[in-house]
Amino acid sequence: MTEPERDATLIYRTRLPVRIWHWINAVTILVMVMSGMAIFNAHPRLYWGKFGANPDHAWLEISNHGTVGFVNVTGIEFVTTGWLGYAGNVDLAFPLSVTLPHQYDLALSRGWHFAGAWVLALGWLIFAGYSIFSRHLQNDLLPKSEELKPRALWADIKAHARLHLPRGEAARRYNPLQKIAYVVILGLVLPTLILTGLTMSPAMDAAWPWLLTLFGGRQSARSLHFLAALAIVTFVVVHLMMVVLAGPINELRSMITGWYRLPQERDQ
Amino acid sequence: MSGLITRRNMILGSGALMLSGCDRLTTAPATRDALTIAERATRSAQRLVMRGRSALAPEFAAADLSPVFRVNGTSRPDNADYVRHAATGFADWRLTVDGLVARPLQLSLAQLHAAPTRTQITRHDCVEGWSAIGQWTGVPLGAVLRHAGLSTRAQYIVFHCADTLLGETYYESIDVVDAFHPQTILAHHMNGSPLSIGHGAPLRLRVERQLGYKQAKYIMRIEAVESLAGIHGGKGGLWEDLHGYQWYAGI
Repeated sequence: MTEPERDATLIYRTRLPVRIWHWINAVTILVMVMSGMAIFNAHPRLYWGKFGANPDHAWLEISNHGTVGFVNVTGIEFVTTGWLGYAGNVDLAFPLSVTLPHQYDLALSRGWHFAGAWVLALGWLIFAGYSIFSRHLQNDLLPKSEELKPRALWADIKAHARLHLPRGEAARRYNPLQKIAYVVILGLVLPTLILTGLTMSPAMDAAWPWLLTLFGGRQSARSLHFLAALAIVTFVVVHLMMVVLAGPINELRSMITGWYRLPQERDQ
Repeated sequence: MSGLITRRNMILGSGALMLSGCDRLTTAPATRDALTIAERATRSAQRLVMRGRSALAPEFAAADLSPVFRVNGTSRPDNADYVRHAATGFADWRLTVDGLVARPLQLSLAQLHAAPTRTQITRHDCVEGWSAIGQWTGVPLGAVLRHAGLSTRAQYIVFHCADTLLGETYYESIDVVDAFHPQTILAHHMNGSPLSIGHGAPLRLRVERQLGYKQAKYIMRIEAVESLAGIHGGKGGLWEDLHGYQWYAGI
């Protein structure tokens, strides 16, 4: 292969605001998830409704019987010793190795979480505004109607299942499942995280009582906050797997410099 | 075998090094100071969207009451004075109101019961994450402070309590914005009955737009001050002094 041919496959795919937001979020979400797990450790039970405390029914509990860690989901108990509920002689829901800081310090975890929340929320607002005005949302992220047809979706699901990622011209754009994942995270999961986080603040409930109506009470908001965080963690895991499968060097370069090398078409 | 460095041990070792390096950064005093910038931003922003003292905490219906409202913190203070007061139904107990006031007060429980009251069904949110809904009846703090002739120099209201926690006397403080909020009351009844010892008899604070650790129980003395410096650890509350809890607990 000669040099000019290789250059022809190099395209400018990721604009600067997207790259900046991506890396700020990568750090922020790590801080939020780790400090969030630390805060959860203070009361590792989740409820639905307006109130919920130890005497009330919890739909999720991560705790321990002595040295046996367990996760109880709607009454079904799973033994999770060494991972959740009890790990390394510490009886916390999430082990200290994954919390921020790596010691039980509720005030400091809250300090980090609420500082990170400003970055996450303001970043989301600016990025949402940018995406609409620059048409990044309409051009790159929202799936086209033909991409949402069951046949197209099914074809993309099969391609993903076989780990056949788009190549050549098709790799210029995000694929349908990728677009759906990004739009769900940007348009649903992140706003849910931010708003349910605000709903847990007694001051915000006084200022914006509609938050409680929207989420069905403070404890429901806390449960939804946890589930949305789980969705983000799942997204990050799949996202990192896809980066590795699609070629980590090329993907990292495109998210740092903006330049992405189109993968060669497969020989038929 | 001790000299053998396996790949697994190297990974674990470097992981542990990274963790401790991270912890030095995330727990450093300078980091804690930096985080207070965000804390102040949160307080200012929340005061702005709450329009100062205007916005009311949500109030609930009787049907929303928690079936069991858990007792938290101290459940029975053990200091001799308190035990004696509790044994006599707080008949000789007096609430002291002093500091930057024109007329220091000594109020009996009977006087507090006879004063105009406010009743509210509100949600108690613990910093740990749980919530309980209860009905509180008490005297608006603002009325007591006006009665005592609060000085315009006063910036903070400090609540000195009868209980000790973590080996120190419990105390808390709020600023004058929250002190004159209509839902900020000195509660003497809960769910229609005189306050139980577990929930802070004879008198506890309800400052409804903040978290549980601000809701001081077993109040003995209310002091109006210009600054929190010099009172116990100087950070405005027991949890603030001993465990770095945020003084403003609106979130």
